[in-house]
Amino acid sequence: MKTLVPVAATVIAAALPLSAAEINGKVTLKGTPPPAAVIAAVKADANCGKVAVGEAKSRVYVVGANGALANTVVYIKKGLEGKTFPAPTAKPEIDQKGCMYYPYVAAVMVGQKFDVKNSDPFMHNVNATPKVNKGFNFAQASQGQVNEKSFDKAELGVRFACNVHPWMIAYVNVMENPFFVVTDESGAVSIKGDIPDGKYTIEAFHQKAGTQVQEIEVKGGKATVDFSFEVKS
Amino acid sequence: MNTDRYRFPFALLTALATLGLVCMGGLVTSKGVGMAVPDWPTSFGYNMFALPVNQWFHGGVFDEHTHRLWASSVGLLVVLLTRWMGGSPARKPLAVVGLLEIIAGILLLRLGPEWKGGGAFLASIGGVVMLAASIPGWRSPAEGILPRLAWMAFLLVQVQGLLGGLRVVLDKALVGHVTLGTLFGLVHGCLGQTFFVLLGVIALLSSPWWARLPVHGGLQGRSEVRGLLLAIGLVALQLILGASMRHQHAGLAILDFPLAYGRWWPLTDPESVARYNQVRMDESTVTAFQIQLQMMHRLGAVAAVVAILTVSVRVGRRFGWGSPLGRGAMVWSGIALGQFTLGMLTIWTNKAADVATAHVAGGASLLWLGTALILTARRLTMPASSGTESSRVPGLSRVAVQGTP
Repeated sequence: MKTLVPVAATVIAAALPLSAAEINGKVTLKGTPPPAAVIAAVKADANCGKVAVGEAKSRVYVVGANGALANTVVYIKKGLEGKTFPAPTAKPEIDQKGCMYYPYVAAVMVGQKFDVKNSDPFMHNVNATPKVNKGFNFAQASQGQVNEKSFDKAELGVRFACNVHPWMIAYVNVMENPFFVVTDESGAVSIKGDIPDGKYTIEAFHQKAGTQVQEIEVKGGKATVDFSFEVKS
Repeated sequence: MNTDRYRFPFALLTALATLGLVCMGGLVTSKGVGMAVPDWPTSFGYNMFALPVNQWFHGGVFDEHTHRLWASSVGLLVVLLTRWMGGSPARKPLAVVGLLEIIAGILLLRLGPEWKGGGAFLASIGGVVMLAASIPGWRSPAEGILPRLAWMAFLLVQVQGLLGGLRVVLDKALVGHVTLGTLFGLVHGCLGQTFFVLLGVIALLSSPWWARLPVHGGLQGRSEVRGLLLAIGLVALQLILGASMRHQHAGLAILDFPLAYGRWWPLTDPESVARYNQVRMDESTVTAFQIQLQMMHRLGAVAAVVAILTVSVRVGRRFGWGSPLGRGAMVWSGIALGQFTLGMLTIWTNKAADVATAHVAGGASLLWLGTALILTARRLTMPASSGTESSRVPGLSRVAVQGTP
């Protein structure tokens, strides 16, 4: 029985029109951003100082090798009009650990549920201040507490803050379709899914570096897109 | 026992406690911890006065919760002040207000569990007001306008408390593109300063100093009064601009001084603003409007300082540097220069919370002292024969009579 499953899956896949596509690329940053500031308040705080992981630094610009820019949301902005997509069932998590948010930048689809977790052994409040969606502010008093949340409308850069520890900031981007990615320190863009061949507008959004758009064409299920931001001092 | 002579120390205590409250509120805004306690009038579901100490002494909760408790203490002082200044005639209206608040609180309790905190809080305020009404003694009302000013403070303290609470509860509600949290925060900040000035005026008018003020009814100096009014108008405008900047919680819109992004007047086209935001290492993103707002505040600061120094010199020359007005004007000028310095330091320290809060306190002090100078100048320059004014301000009738040749 076990051996039959992959065989059956292969047969079914071969029978269906294949539309799985992949958009690859890279986001880079030219220029030298201001150096990341050490958040001294983390160590200075009576509670946070006990659980701090290393030296907390500002994550406004996180740049990897060869200028690879992290924390950039890359997504299909135009080209899918009229199509609807179910929200992914995967449930991302935004964790509060050592008095910092992880990840610093996240992305979810409209209606997609995500968890907000407190891994610290003391209280944080979670104050989300969107401009389009409905905001919320609640306390997470105990370690391990998880609250499930979602947003109803597309919106970039929804700010999450803990006012108990006001240096704690994160951003959640709410996307209209499931074709998006948040870059890590490799700057790599890899958007996979059922994207029909055709022309699309791709946008890259970085909280500080700004926004860039590019027109691309997916041909034979493949396309490439590179973004290069520049920081001018 | 005649306790009237203790009215002034009590009014002074209330005014100083209010200045402390303004500072505490300023600290909460400067640190950005106003939403650390997400509910109101409860704190994390607890009765505000019963929050466990370990939750109180925790990061930004300490500042916000202390602000709430301090505000409640000021509320109590103001209720007592109203009763004391109002004398026996204040007892009945206080009892009625207290009873109405208790009834309203009980009705809220019946609305449902989500109103439990609010109902209990309102009923307890009503209880305090009723207790104040039941205080025996304190029969004779303070003279002149003081009872009315105390009633004004009584009204304002409750409005101010409500605004502070609504700033938390309605933080996310939008009016156009602005949240009610921002709007209520702005009004709460400005009203707080006004409230402090009112209590400072009550303290001034009930002071022995005011009663002993040298009598010069009919002195020339109307133009100085107009100059003082202009200067204090500029100070008030500065306070509104400052509160508008602070309550947007956007960080410093311009990070350098005396230049602004390297120019005397910064560029505010979209490309320039995007460039400014690119190199900001804090989490804030500023807008052209916020940059222009800070530039207005800078220009306003220069205008206010020039106006204060100019009118102070004129006041000193007119009334004499050794006169109460001359001395007051000198102190006012000193505070204005100190306030200007604090404004610069606020930028140079990237809005360090203690410096920014001292700047708020400086603004409140300027507003109060300016008001005190105007009242004093009006008293001294009032025509000796005027009876209308003298009936409004305590001690003025005595001044007018003694000042009449």
